[in-house]
This record gives sequence, C-alpha cells and structure tokens, in this order.
Amino acid sequence: MAVDPRRTALGLGRFGLGARPGDLVRAEPIEEVLRREILSGLVPLPGGPDLSAAATLLSALQAEEQSRKLARAASPDAPMPEGPPAPPIQERIYQAEVAARLGLARDAPVGFVERLVWFWANHFTVSVVRGAQLRVSAGAFEREAIRPHVLGRFRDLLLAAATHPAMLIYLDNVASVGPNSPAGQRQRKGLNENLGRELLELHTLGVDGGYTQADVTALARILTGWSVLRDGHAEGLPGATAFRRGAHEPGPVTLLGRTYLDIGPEQLRLALDDLATHPATARHVAFRLARHFVADDPPPALVARLTRTFLDQDGDLSRLALALIEAPEAWDPVQRKIRSPQEFLTATLRGLALAPDPRMVTGGLAALGQPYWSAPAPNGYPDDAGTWASPEGMRARLDLAARTGQLAAGTDPMALAEAVLGPLATDETRTALRRAESRPQGVALVLMAPEFQRR
Amino acid sequence: MTASCNVPPSRRAILGTAGALFAWGAIPRTAYAAPGARDARLVVVILRGGLDGLSAVAPLGDPAYADLRPGIALTRDGPAAALPLDGFFALHPALPTFARLYAARQALVVHAAATGYRERSHFDGQDVLESGQPSPGHTASGWLNRLVAALPAGEGIPPRTALGVGVVPPLILRGPAPVLGWAPPRLPRASDELARRVLGLYQARDPALAASLAHGLDTDALAKGGPKAAGGLRGIAEGAARLIAADDGPRIAALALDGWDTHADEGGATGRLAGLLGGLDGVFSAFAEILAPRWSDTAILVVTEFGRTARVNGTTGTDHGTGTVAFLLGGAVRGGRVLADWPGLAPAQLHEGRDLAPTLDVRAVAKGMAADLFGLSPAILGRSVFPGTEALRPVGGLVV
Repeated sequence: MAVDPRRTALGLGRFGLGARPGDLVRAEPIEEVLRREILSGLVPLPGGPDLSAAATLLSALQAEEQSRKLARAASPDAPMPEGPPAPPIQERIYQAEVAARLGLARDAPVGFVERLVWFWANHFTVSVVRGAQLRVSAGAFEREAIRPHVLGRFRDLLLAAATHPAMLIYLDNVASVGPNSPAGQRQRKGLNENLGRELLELHTLGVDGGYTQADVTALARILTGWSVLRDGHAEGLPGATAFRRGAHEPGPVTLLGRTYLDIGPEQLRLALDDLATHPATARHVAFRLARHFVADDPPPALVARLTRTFLDQDGDLSRLALALIEAPEAWDPVQRKIRSPQEFLTATLRGLALAPDPRMVTGGLAALGQPYWSAPAPNGYPDDAGTWASPEGMRARLDLAARTGQLAAGTDPMALAEAVLGPLATDETRTALRRAESRPQGVALVLMAPEFQRR
Repeated sequence: MTASCNVPPSRRAILGTAGALFAWGAIPRTAYAAPGARDARLVVVILRGGLDGLSAVAPLGDPAYADLRPGIALTRDGPAAALPLDGFFALHPALPTFARLYAARQALVVHAAATGYRERSHFDGQDVLESGQPSPGHTASGWLNRLVAALPAGEGIPPRTALGVGVVPPLILRGPAPVLGWAPPRLPRASDELARRVLGLYQARDPALAASLAHGLDTDALAKGGPKAAGGLRGIAEGAARLIAADDGPRIAALALDGWDTHADEGGATGRLAGLLGGLDGVFSAFAEILAPRWSDTAILVVTEFGRTARVNGTTGTDHGTGTVAFLLGGAVRGGRVLADWPGLAPAQLHEGRDLAPTLDVRAVAKGMAADLFGLSPAILGRSVFPGTEALRPVGGLVV
C-alpha cells in the first residue's frame, strides 16, 4: 500500500499528539501505525517517585494538614522560617503528575492512546478546582481509573471511575448515607444524589437517555456506603475506597425498571454493568467520541456505526477505537476540529522538540483556559470550536505563539513547516513564511497557521 | 462520613477557584438611543451550579422553613443573624452590600422564580437559562446576544459588537451579533505586526478564525487604558465595571460565576455558601462603587439555572431543585421589595414533593427589564429574544 504523506500528516494531528521532526516521512501507512498502537494493548503509565496510589496520597495529605495544625497549635508565636515556605503536598504532587504527562506526550511515537486517555479522563471528569483532596488525587485517578481501561471494556472503566476515591470525593458520595441504614439512623444522615445523577447524565445514558428523577434517587441509594476511609478507621487503608455496609441503604432498589437486591458491593457492580451496556450509553459514548476526533457536529452515519460497534463488541474500547480509524468519515481531508489548548501546546512542544518546562506549560494552559484536570464543572472541558476558537482564546494563542517563537530562537520556520505541516501547508502559509521578517515571527506563523490550529 | 473529606474550603480558596467569565455588548449611546431615551447599562450575572435561593433569601416567616433545613437554616437573631428585608423574608448575612442597596430602594429580590426548565441537569438548565430557548439543545445563540441584535441601530454609525470577556465566552452572549473578547492578559502581548500577518493568513484561508481573531484584537484596543490586569474576582469585577462606566464603553455585559453546586456541607450563616455569597457581594460593591457616575442608569440582573431541594439532604447540603431567587440591583431598579407569589413550603406545596415551587418566570423579569430599559417591544421580546414566550407578559414596573 502506497504511503500518502498527506494522510500521514492528517492522521498524526487528528488521532495523535502532532508530528515531531521526521514523523511525516514514514514508510508505513498511518492507519497501520494507529491500528498497531491499539492492538498492542499497551497504555503508557506515568511514573516517578512521588506518583503513589491515591490512597497513599490522600492519607499523606491528611497527615501533613494534621501536623501543620498541631505545629501551629503548639507554638502559635513561632517566627516564620526563613525563605519561601515549602509547597504543600498537593502542589508538589500536582506538578509531578503534570510533568510526568508532559514526558509521556513528548515521547509517544504517535500518541493515539494518550489522546484516548485525555478523552476518557475528560468524560469522567474529576477537577482540582474542588480543593486539596482533588489536587492531590486527580493525577492518580487518571493513572488508576482511566489508563488501565482505555483499551479494555467500558464497564470496567465505568466501575473503576465511579468508585475511585477522587470521584467519590469530587461528587460528594463519601458523605452519602442510606437514611435507613444503621449509620443513617444513628447520625440522622442521608442521601446525596450528586454522583448518582452525573453517572446517568454524563457518564452513561446521557441527558436524553430516558431516566427520571426516581432513577437518580435509586442510583444514589445503590451508591450509599461507597466512601473513602479516614485515618484510624479499622475497615482498611486510609484514603482508599471502601464499601461501608453500615452506611448502605438496606433493601432492594429499582433502577430503570430493574430491581437490584441488597447484596452488598455487588449491587453497584450489577447496576453499573447494566448501565454500561444500555443502548443509550452506546449512543452517548459514540457521539462524544466522534465529536471529539472528527467534527463538532459529527456525521450521523459515523455515530451510528460506532454505536453499533459498542453494542456488538460489548463495550470493547479497543474495537471502538479501531472502528473510528476504519471509518471513511474520520479521514475527511477538511480539518474541521480546532485543537484544544492542551492539544495545541503539546503539538507545539513536539514540533519544536522543546523540553517541556512544566511550570511554563501549566501557565500557558491556564492562559488558554485548559489546565490539566481543572474543568469548572463535572461535564468536563467543552469540545467545540465555539469554546476554543473564541476571540479571546485566539488572542491568547497568538500571544503564546509569539512567546514560543522567541524561545525557539534557532528554529528555521520553513523547516518547522515541513516537519509539522508537510503537505498540509497551503500556498498562502508558505508565502507568509517566506515573507516573515524574523525567525521567531516565522515560527509563530507556523504555529498559528490554520493547518496547525486545526486537525 | 468523616469531616476530613469535606472540609469546607476557605473563602479565599473558593474565590480563587471559582471560574469567572465576563462578557459585554458594546453599544455606544449614539448607536441606538432615541432622543430623550436613557443611556442604560444592563449587566447579567449568571450563577452556575444552582443557587440555593432558600438560603440566599430565607423565608423565615414560613412555618415549615426551619424544620426543612436543620443545620443550615438562617435565624432572626444570634451572632450571624439574617438581615431582615420585610416581615417574612430575610437576606443572607454575607450580602451586606445588597442589604444596603435594598434599604436605599435600589435592590429587588424575585423569589420562587425559575425558567421554564423543569428537569434537574445543570448543563441543560444553563443552556435554557442562557439561550433563552424554551428547551435544551439550542446553543447557537444566547438571549443577551439576540437582545443586542434587536436594538435599533443609530443612523450613520456601524453597529458595534458585543464583547466577551474570559477565554471562554458564556453562551448568553454568543450569536449573530458579533462578540469581541477580552480577558486580563496573562501573557506578554504579541506584536501588532505578527497579529497583522496572522490575520492576513486567516483572511485568505480561514474566515472563521479570521473573524474570531479580529474581534480579539479589536477588543484589546477598546480595553486599552481600561482595566488593568486584575487579580481575583473583585479585581476582575472592578476592571469590568471600569469598562462599562466609560463613555464609549459597552452598554450590555454578562459574567458567569461557577461553584454554586452545594451538595455537601453547604453551611448556614457561615460556611461554603456564605463564602460564595460574600464573593458575589464583593462584585456588587465593585459595580456600585465604580459605576457610581452611571448608577442611576444601571441595572444588574442575577440569575441561576435552578434552585435546590427545600429539604436539606443527607450530607448537610442540598440537591438539584427548581424554584430559587433572582436579584435585581442598580440605580435604575425600583427596589426595596421582594417580588414573590409565595407558594409555601408545606409538603403538599413543594414541587414534586421536594423543591420550592416556581410561581414566577425569570424570563418575564428579564423581558420586563429589556422592555423598560431599552424600549424593546413585547413582540420582539417574545419572538426573537425569548422565542416562544409571546404569551409570557413582561413584568412591569421594575425600572425607575
């Protein structure tokens, strides 16, 4: 099969993290490269001395907050130590998690799997805006709940995400208690329906998926008792997820017309399994996947095909990814999607082979409105041009491109254009580059070119 | 559950993390003002996440109120007593600026209000609130943008555009009337020369990106000498108010504040919601201070997608509900009163047995403001601005 360089350039941007110098010259068709990445079944795992399990991190945070409180209480008048205070644990961990992701993004040969990780982490949003517990555990959530399952089954991904400590904290399930459970009777506590609602609306069926308020309440009942243990609790490792029987609502629960008996933690697994295989879930996931990779308003035929794959293959997410790249609609030569800030910045670093400085990247992403794991609400970051190609957003991209042009001082703009745009570069872009009055300006023009902003 | 998992964040932390978006429509007076018409300013503040109206403005006179809300109910006395509005309603103590304006008859509470949306999804609820459409799923344009578009243009002056501040413009101002963008710059600005060249490339190859970037650059010029890079919510509010106060500044603005989704440990007179309301009160005070020269022509409308459950939930918070409050404030507002057809909080009076029943449509309030401030006809308001609401009469008498 002859290699079409145009298709290579298109595929690297649409399904990958962007071309690095040399990537466009490939001996193999890009579809084959993408397919092999999925079939390998390998999901890179970020590593580092600080990247511990969520439970460890949450209990370390609790310990640090406790010892700070004790120190303050013991000597309230103690002079401030010299120099800037050490950053709190949640800042250190967050920076280490981001730095590890930047390393993965730099080293990925193509990065289709990494893009799937981003997609699913946004589908199951947990956000650091909620406070220190989320700041310390959002990266661990992505490592523990998302990565192990992005090439596995949706039902496993769903269960892992729904019961991860970070999600239980983020959507308030830690405090939700069955009103008729022993704990509920003793403490006069009760339901919190936040997680139950978002599981139906955002994670599975979708808002038009045909559920009612009664179903939200039913799922909230099933979720009662799923909590995160504190230090000193006898039931398990502090910071870890635990099913607290004494807080679980007793009795059978009917959700979407099916009754789930009170059989302990298995009740939730059965309910989530049924939600994971529901046709509305298949449609919802297929639509979001097509919208993310192909077009804000994805072709209905593509959505229908992905829906069928999801249902026929029992929610096998590798099969779903393969169906996506096998679909002719996914190879539309028109670049319809605007790169998200995260995609734009990552593609910039890869194209220029710049060593990423985590603090600068974090600052750049904040300026563009998309820091890691910081969506303002549980529905995650938006996925459309109306959001990311806003006037202020484009203005901020321009500023960032100008700054990057200065940082990449020695880079030849024409060479950069060949490396990242290749056959996608239009005559107008080439002309603009020839006329650039300086190298930094030329580099900024490559980064701002429509062929680079879009994918 | 244990307290450590739900430590209420400090007020500073809340303000530091609450996403704030601003947008405004630039309508120079000459572009629409008929002779003798007032040169009004309208600011819409959107509280995203669902404001608990029963805590913001507590119906202390309702016999069911205190029992529904153990642990979070406001009280008439004590160290953090609610601020009395009339014999029945009292204001949350974290809103002293609003209370001062209420006493000066420049602030109005609308209670038991809602849009026409009766489900409980934030995201659909916000779409309905901001799009002004009768149902979710219509996100091409927002009602404030269509309001800008409906304003009659003055003679000889090209219609100026709406202005979105914040990297992500709120839906309420997206649409056919062009939207400019501005946010306090976080990066050093690119040179004009680079901007010109990129714009030239877009004009040749990508009209959509060209339009967007052109507006972004345009706004920058407009904002020059206006707000400095602002820190924190109050700082950004001050910057926005300074822009609106200018002679040639925008006449219509919108801002969105996130973080009102108080499912757990909501707090009462103090705590999580109190911190959020304190931040909102700071925005009110920044607007009142800086817009003082324009205050008599200013109206600020504060709305949220829905209210919260009347009953406290199992985690000393509240879940998604229906009826809630809206606020109106400004020198142009006929204030000093609570506008409500109170449905009551007895079990049988609650919507679906759980929420404050809505008896007033916030769209009728918004239409009333638009009609009285800008002279828009009920026909245009019912067709273009809030489609399908021809039968919903604008609330009259909101404006001095």
